Amino acid sequence: MLKISAIEEKLRAAAGSQILRPATASESVCGMQPQFVAEPENEEQLASVMACANEAGVAVIPRGGGTKLDWGNPPKKAELILSTARLNQVLEHAWADLTVTVQAGCTVQALQNTLAQHGQRLACDCLWPERSTIGGLLSTNDSGALRLRFGALRDLIIGITLALPDGTLASSGGKVVKNVAGYDLPKLATGALGTLGVVTRAVFRIHPVPHTAKTLSFSAQNFHAMQQHIHSIQDSKLAHTALQIRCGSEGQPTADILFEATEAGIQAQESRLRTLLPSTRTENPDESVWKARQELWSSADAAVILKISVLPAGIAKLAGDLSQIADSQKLQWQMVVQATGIGTLRLAGDADRLSASVEQLRAKVEGGSGSLVILHRPNGLASLDSWGNPGDALPLMLAVKQQLDPRSTLNPGRFVGGI
Amino acid sequence: MAVSAAMLFPAGDTMNRDLLQQFRAIVGERGLLSSPEELHTYECDGLTNFRVMPLAVLLPANTEQVQGIVRICHRERIPFVARGSGTGLSGGALPVENGIVISLARMNRILEVELANARVVVEAGVINLEVTSRVQPGEYFYAPDPSSQSVCSIGGNVAENSGGAHCLKYGFTTTHVLGLEVVLPDGSLAHFGGKTLDSPGYDLAGVFVGSEGTLGIATKAILRIVKRPECIRTLLAAFADTNEAGAAVSDVIAAGMLPAAIEMMDNLAIQAAEAAVHANYPDCGALLLVELDGPIAEVEALMQSVATICEKNAAWEIRVAQTDAERSLVWKGRKAAFAAMGRISPNYIVQDGVIPRTALPQVMSEITRLSGETGLRVANVFHAGDGNLHPLVLYDRHVAGQEEAAEALSYRILELCLAAGGSITGEHGVGEDKKRMMSQMFSEPDLTTMQRVRCAFDPLQLSNPTKIFPTPRMCGEKPGEYVPHPLESAGIAERF
Repeated sequence: MLKISAIEEKLRAAAGSQILRPATASESVCGMQPQFVAEPENEEQLASVMACANEAGVAVIPRGGGTKLDWGNPPKKAELILSTARLNQVLEHAWADLTVTVQAGCTVQALQNTLAQHGQRLACDCLWPERSTIGGLLSTNDSGALRLRFGALRDLIIGITLALPDGTLASSGGKVVKNVAGYDLPKLATGALGTLGVVTRAVFRIHPVPHTAKTLSFSAQNFHAMQQHIHSIQDSKLAHTALQIRCGSEGQPTADILFEATEAGIQAQESRLRTLLPSTRTENPDESVWKARQELWSSADAAVILKISVLPAGIAKLAGDLSQIADSQKLQWQMVVQATGIGTLRLAGDADRLSASVEQLRAKVEGGSGSLVILHRPNGLASLDSWGNPGDALPLMLAVKQQLDPRSTLNPGRFVGGI
Repeated sequence: MAVSAAMLFPAGDTMNRDLLQQFRAIVGERGLLSSPEELHTYECDGLTNFRVMPLAVLLPANTEQVQGIVRICHRERIPFVARGSGTGLSGGALPVENGIVISLARMNRILEVELANARVVVEAGVINLEVTSRVQPGEYFYAPDPSSQSVCSIGGNVAENSGGAHCLKYGFTTTHVLGLEVVLPDGSLAHFGGKTLDSPGYDLAGVFVGSEGTLGIATKAILRIVKRPECIRTLLAAFADTNEAGAAVSDVIAAGMLPAAIEMMDNLAIQAAEAAVHANYPDCGALLLVELDGPIAEVEALMQSVATICEKNAAWEIRVAQTDAERSLVWKGRKAAFAAMGRISPNYIVQDGVIPRTALPQVMSEITRLSGETGLRVANVFHAGDGNLHPLVLYDRHVAGQEEAAEALSYRILELCLAAGGSITGEHGVGEDKKRMMSQMFSEPDLTTMQRVRCAFDPLQLSNPTKIFPTPRMCGEKPGEYVPHPLESAGIAERF
């Protein structure tokens, strides 16, 4: 701790003492206790804290709402939490241009509330919007059911400002939706888990809130039948906004489909859906079915939560493999998988069996050109790598990291391949 | 300090015979062009006012050959420029002094089509429209539709992050490229992204798309295809001027609609398009073209609202193209608009600025003012939905000073776009043409950061080295063991 107290002075000098405080026990990161929390009031302060920590060799954990701070591998070091909590403003809602510029520490819900004043939204239904911040959302590349229609964050972000470890504040992209000037660094930072720079602000393209929305649900006898239903819908001319399957150790797989359109458009599509699935009974569920993914985190028992990505036509195979592995290891599972092939899986049971099952499942998924990432793990599973095989681009990823964060100041060891 | 290629290869030099032999051994006799007559075809791309003669043009037939060529370039420090169909409008495929051109034209196979997953895997030289043709029987299409789509290649689209009229709804090339096979500037092979979404690690495909050939050469791409909508309707509305048409666009957006495309042409552009393809456009101050697609019931309800909005904004004629033939004629006029300028002017420069759509009236009136001041006519074709302007500055190169004046005016228009909070390029790329504008759009730290990313990919700066950035930046890493250049060894060039 000697090193920290020696640089505490410098940190205070860099950004003023009112922004630095000792970290509390509840602010530990994957069991590691940081010494300090810095909460800068503006981008420049944040950049100076960053530069100062970098120069002193202090490991920095960027933090927004702290909702996904356990995603990724445990850090090799965690000394200073750099919080964006005070950078929480919507800077410019250019509603007539369908764009918004927002600071990284603004919560997703606060942003949505501002956009709603003009009947608009950021078309991303992420986890815990009341607490998740824009910076954390971007860094973890979270996405929900709306991704099927609107794409991922990479397709919605049009500009970014990053504070690099050396204190550089660098912007890329811009404030217009269509723009190919310079490299697309907004995409590089999206999903980088804060290992290249700290997001301080972002610009998004936004969408109108639809006139009317309607959710329908239907079940199928088994995974294979469900896969066929999903294919019929995806291969049809329906213009649905979201399509997810809920399935698990118990009960039949159930799918939810969301239509957003004019009233006339919704009616027409509803009858088209019934024609597509003639022997299937559809129901009108509560809108809360779209929170099913988030609910996977709500029970308290020991479980891993995984993000699995497979091909759209490989969903039934995934569910089949999963059933087989879970049955043989006596584990309980629940999954919410989108028609895009991205699923969130909760797997619960004995820790040793969990560990073996995750590895078996990862081998199956990667064998089919997919990926399996661990989002949450109970104590005792620390040795599992969160990310799996990063492929032959890893040397290049290491080179990018080396260019932007050569001293490995940011989130050391948390990302793929030891980054 | 590293030695630049230009120092090693004095201008006008021809390629060392031994090197040519090494290249020939990789690509065969048919895959190597080195005579001046053959090389002339490659001295520029769609931006013809910049020309540089390459030392040789190589036409590899597969990824291994691309790797072989790039390995030699890396060993010998020879800069290279990848080229697709050469339709780019910013000089992205312009050869660099004393470098070679690597054409992907022979790598034109569609390798896999998986309708069940809506994925297609192609080699880089595949023509954009061929992807759609291939998946058309299953009623799918490849969404990015640059006006040159019948000739431009997927590799070129990847380099430029090409757009097109329908990217308003469907997104740009980057939205539709899920994975890439890339030959890195040292000749090694890497795969970015994949057929499934969210591969672990940095989104290198996201960085590579739109990097204008400066980060390596894409040899294969995994594309996402889209199901054809149930119906497509195109509305044509005639307005007295671009302000009225622009107000209608704002009202359409404010009403919460997301059309597949919104295009605008001013009177001069309409005249040219009429003269070229007889699209049967109304003769008006500004023509608006709004395309909606989706389920029939939805499109019909919304099309009525669009028509009402146009009437409210004083449109004096509204037509809806009912048949595919009518639709394709309407689009033919729009897509031919650039080339049609030849009908009304001996020469023209096309620019590609972007503005927040709400700034349209103010920027238009400035363009009109500048046009009056310089005496040069400016025709305007816009992707109005997303604020992407294509001002066409008309001039006659045989009139002394007019070409320079036209160039100056086109850059002034980009400055207007920047002042309005926009961008210097929406889809054509920076290339050679607009690199001088980059420092006006980005600060020095912004540009330095981009170049640091570049250094991760291409520390020796061999891949399209002179493009995008106004001032090159040395990568500051150890250059490795010094290898004398063959020309240097031969006493043709010397190191300073």
